[in-house]
Amino acid sequence: MSALALTERRADLPAQTPPLAARGIVKRFGEIVAVDHADLDVGPGIHALLGENGAGKSTLVKTLYGYYRPDEGELFLDGKRVEIKSPADARRLGIGLVFQQFTLIPALTVAENVALFLPDLRVVLRPDDIAERIRETAVRYGLAVDPAPRVGTLSSPEQQRVEILRVLLAGARILIFDEPTSVLPAQEIDALFDVLRKLRDDGYPIVFITHKLPEVFAVADMVTVMRRGAVVGTAPIGAVTEDELVERMFGGVAPHGAPARPAAARETGPPVMELRAVTSSGQGRPLVDLDLAIRAGEIVGVAGVAGNGQQELCDTVVGLARIRKGERLLFGRDASRWSVRRIRDAGVGFVPESALGQELIWNMTLEENIALGSPRRFSRRKGLALDWSGVRASWRSDFAELGLNLPDPRQRAGTLSGGNAQRFAVARELARRPGLLVTLYPTRGLDVPTTAAVHELLLQARDRGCGVLLVSQDLNELVALSDRILVMRDARVVAELDPDAADAYEIGALMTGRTG
Amino acid sequence: MTALAASWQRRGSYARWFGWALLGVLAYTVLILIYGKSPLHAFHEIWSSTLSSKYGLQDVLVRMTPLLFAAMAVAVPARVGQVNVGGEGQIFAGGLTAAWLVLTFASWPSWVLLPAMAVAGMVGGGLWAGIAGLLKARGWLSEVFSTVLMNYIAILAVSALVFGPWRDPTSSNYPQTREIAHAGRLPHFGGSRVDVSIVLALAVVAGFDWFLRRTRWGLEIRAIGGNPYAAGRNGVPVSRYVIVSMAVGGALAGLAGMAQLSALQFRLNPGLSPGFGYIGFLVSWLAGHNPRLIVPMTFLLAVLASSGDILQITQGLPSAIVNVLSAILMLIVLLGRTRTRPA
Amino acid sequence: MSGAALASIIAITFALTPSVLYATFGEIVGQRAGIVNLGIEGVMLIGAAVGFAAAVVSGNSYVGLLAGAGAGIAFNMITAFMVIGRGANQLASGFAVYFLGGGISMLIGAKYIGSDVSGLPQLSVPGLGSLPHPWDQVFRQDLLVWLMVPLALTLWWVLFRTRWGLRLRAVGEDRDFSYAAGIHTGRVQVQALMIAGALYGSAGADLTLAYTKTWQDWLTAGRGFVAIAIVILALWSPRRAILGALLFSGAVALGIQLQAQGSPVSQFVLDMLPYVITIAVVLIWGRAKTFSVPAGLREVFAGTSK
Repeated sequence: MSALALTERRADLPAQTPPLAARGIVKRFGEIVAVDHADLDVGPGIHALLGENGAGKSTLVKTLYGYYRPDEGELFLDGKRVEIKSPADARRLGIGLVFQQFTLIPALTVAENVALFLPDLRVVLRPDDIAERIRETAVRYGLAVDPAPRVGTLSSPEQQRVEILRVLLAGARILIFDEPTSVLPAQEIDALFDVLRKLRDDGYPIVFITHKLPEVFAVADMVTVMRRGAVVGTAPIGAVTEDELVERMFGGVAPHGAPARPAAARETGPPVMELRAVTSSGQGRPLVDLDLAIRAGEIVGVAGVAGNGQQELCDTVVGLARIRKGERLLFGRDASRWSVRRIRDAGVGFVPESALGQELIWNMTLEENIALGSPRRFSRRKGLALDWSGVRASWRSDFAELGLNLPDPRQRAGTLSGGNAQRFAVARELARRPGLLVTLYPTRGLDVPTTAAVHELLLQARDRGCGVLLVSQDLNELVALSDRILVMRDARVVAELDPDAADAYEIGALMTGRTG
Repeated sequence: MTALAASWQRRGSYARWFGWALLGVLAYTVLILIYGKSPLHAFHEIWSSTLSSKYGLQDVLVRMTPLLFAAMAVAVPARVGQVNVGGEGQIFAGGLTAAWLVLTFASWPSWVLLPAMAVAGMVGGGLWAGIAGLLKARGWLSEVFSTVLMNYIAILAVSALVFGPWRDPTSSNYPQTREIAHAGRLPHFGGSRVDVSIVLALAVVAGFDWFLRRTRWGLEIRAIGGNPYAAGRNGVPVSRYVIVSMAVGGALAGLAGMAQLSALQFRLNPGLSPGFGYIGFLVSWLAGHNPRLIVPMTFLLAVLASSGDILQITQGLPSAIVNVLSAILMLIVLLGRTRTRPA
Repeated sequence: MSGAALASIIAITFALTPSVLYATFGEIVGQRAGIVNLGIEGVMLIGAAVGFAAAVVSGNSYVGLLAGAGAGIAFNMITAFMVIGRGANQLASGFAVYFLGGGISMLIGAKYIGSDVSGLPQLSVPGLGSLPHPWDQVFRQDLLVWLMVPLALTLWWVLFRTRWGLRLRAVGEDRDFSYAAGIHTGRVQVQALMIAGALYGSAGADLTLAYTKTWQDWLTAGRGFVAIAIVILALWSPRRAILGALLFSGAVALGIQLQAQGSPVSQFVLDMLPYVITIAVVLIWGRAKTFSVPAGLREVFAGTSK
């Protein structure tokens, strides 16, 4: 690797004072160190902050914005040390953050959402005045937005434009974009880059978070790479190559090589679950004419930009969303109208992201959570009693076999750490010996060892002949675990790939609908 | 959690209960002082005419029956997150259907008539609350509003009947039905004022406690109480529980109406319940919807209510003081509860 | 139906509307800020009792009205303390406030049972007030009736055209977000509850000062709860609330008129009408339309048993 390209940062301030500088930022969540002594200089131009999921990029910029209070470290604005205790402080100092998940109020209009952040908002609103200011700024930067409609009726790209306008009109001098392209379809990404360039040309220093290399080269002037919470290098764009950045991002390990995938050519059984031309109903983004089959003993990975129907896919498989048209087959039987209970009883397990809030009952003990997951298995006398000794026997045998060694089955689920709760949730479902396991972002936000443990459990399930549906945003995870990868876009499956042949760029392009 | 820590926590909760009881007594004292009476004298009066006298104790027990049912009518739906403010209306609905049955089939023998009246009362109250549960489960109208408005409808329905078609022609100046047949009257314990319905009420409380702790459905109810969304992901049919729990709650309130009619009043009239449904709501919230705490809380509020009547007679204090006191108690308990909850 | 009966129904409808409408206004302000107030009925009873007592003592019904509004503000601060200050369950503490208000109003009112007041003076519109009988009575109404429409427009303007109203609505939609946006959410909610208290108190005082003109225990008879239902019906809009409140009081007025004419239908069945109609109309019209329910309220109704 070329030594001149990526220089290690020193902790002293550079000769020319940058508008915003962070020194030695540390942010911990419990035992997890999300940001580890990170330094960042935000100067003029577009500064890309690059790293894979969970590298700490978002957390770092949220401490700049006062959304999180750093545990250690200092912030400097134009060379002067500042305390940023809240987002309001950051806004007063001229720092604006465009969030990845929008922070707009859906029931209020565009103008009202913008108005809430105007520093000079009058006691009596002047809607025409506000609308005029929105239009003026919108025209200047090519952010086409109508001030009148309620934000909830807008598409994601439109909502993003509202967020950007709001930050600009709130008087920000320094702009931070947290993964702005993750919510955009391809054609909108180029439009966003045009906006970023116009803003740069007007003198705004810009921080642009991404984990996609092509975007860095498309738009950035500088790049800083983060890995596992630490800043591992900063360089001007002209001075680095893609390969060097990849090596920095993944710490010398090629992303595709992650945990070795055992025995690619294995026998898979008959389909355990099939969706045939399914159109679902319910909130969110209903599936349209979707076909999907999962066989026994295979892991089917689903990749996609968040909000493209993955949640609805899982909900449809496990029975939480109704099927309006088409068929759902489970283990060869027509299960189109089955309830969640019946689907679970037939041998389907489900593990959501952060099971503690979504699937486990925090104020019940682990034993009770186990019984709740398999009420049939542990019912005695037709449900008038529960077989607690059976639960404990399962705890000793099934859970131990899965390598889950938690101390006390009588502790409340709420006392588990997030990682242990997630492992418990996976083990609880696997102990039911399901024929199909549906998992939605099962490792999001977990630390490395817990992620590995969950991966191990999923592979075990597959080896036992369980079909696994794995929805993930972590392409490395998908490539490492899946036997097939499906790409979802606009609530449809747009491609099926062989993980051994696929590369991350190809998947990314399919996810975002880019052709090139 | 270790056994020691658990026992300390339990001790802490006893201390808190004691503290609240003390605050309640203090509030009562202040209220009595406001009316220029002697608190000591008043408390002595309360003691001698409720707990330490046979008649007084009977009065307390007689008040407990409808309150136990009314509290359970709130507690059962509350365990699946439903707020039943309609106990009062459900008592009237149950009283109405039970009265219809006993007035229509007066000739039935007692062993048929009494169970039939109980069933009728449960059906009346259960349907009345079940409507609210259905509207909620469908996502049409919050049970808070439907139950509270349906109270007025049920009470007016009883009035319409006893002022109209069901009016006893022989009781000229008071609107009420004929007296119900003797076969439709619940037996009392050895010549006392206390009737057998209190046994049923206590059995219902104990049964619910057992049901929650021991059975599969109790586990599922507790799961819904903990996190309805997660319970649904575990396959628990949440909206079915919502409807059934409301209907069961209403049925229990209906039993209170039936018991008032069958054991005490013998005629249906607009005074079937002097707000038992509302006081039952307070009881259930004071007890945190825990069956084991509902019994002592019911006892406490029954003593309070009884004492209110006594102070009105002997000291000339307005009986509304009891309402004020019950409400203050509830506010105090709610304040205490916020402190012990995780954020 | 004769013209006289129709005029009488209209006149009674108008006269009865403020007691429901002002409560509805108050509840709209509160719910827009994210607080469902079951204590409304209790605060109305306090306003009714204090207003009546003050009117009897001072001999002036306007003094009574002001006293009722003031008592409403003070009493509604119990909810502010419980819910905003201490994070207590809104529905449960609201119910306790209802019970408390009922009890205290009985204690206050007990001294004034049998007293009566002259009531709020009737103000007539020049010209219309001298229409031939029976239509003159329609246009002879008290101050609170005449203020209904101006108040609705004012509230609408405050909620939708001022900075304070915008912030209040933001708090009702998403408290965490509003806090992050730099809004003092607690302060805004307390201010909303003060306005709501004044409106509840006026609504209660209207009942005793303009309608019954005597004191009876629990005389609000669920009007506060009806007001909450009308809030849903009106989709949280002060202007639409007028229609909802007119519907309720129209049903009451119809019942009164039918009784006066010796209708064979029981008085009590007619008395049910307003509640039945309110529920029915809420079911038909009020089914949550997109964005009409302040999002912050969903939390209140989701997990409410703790």
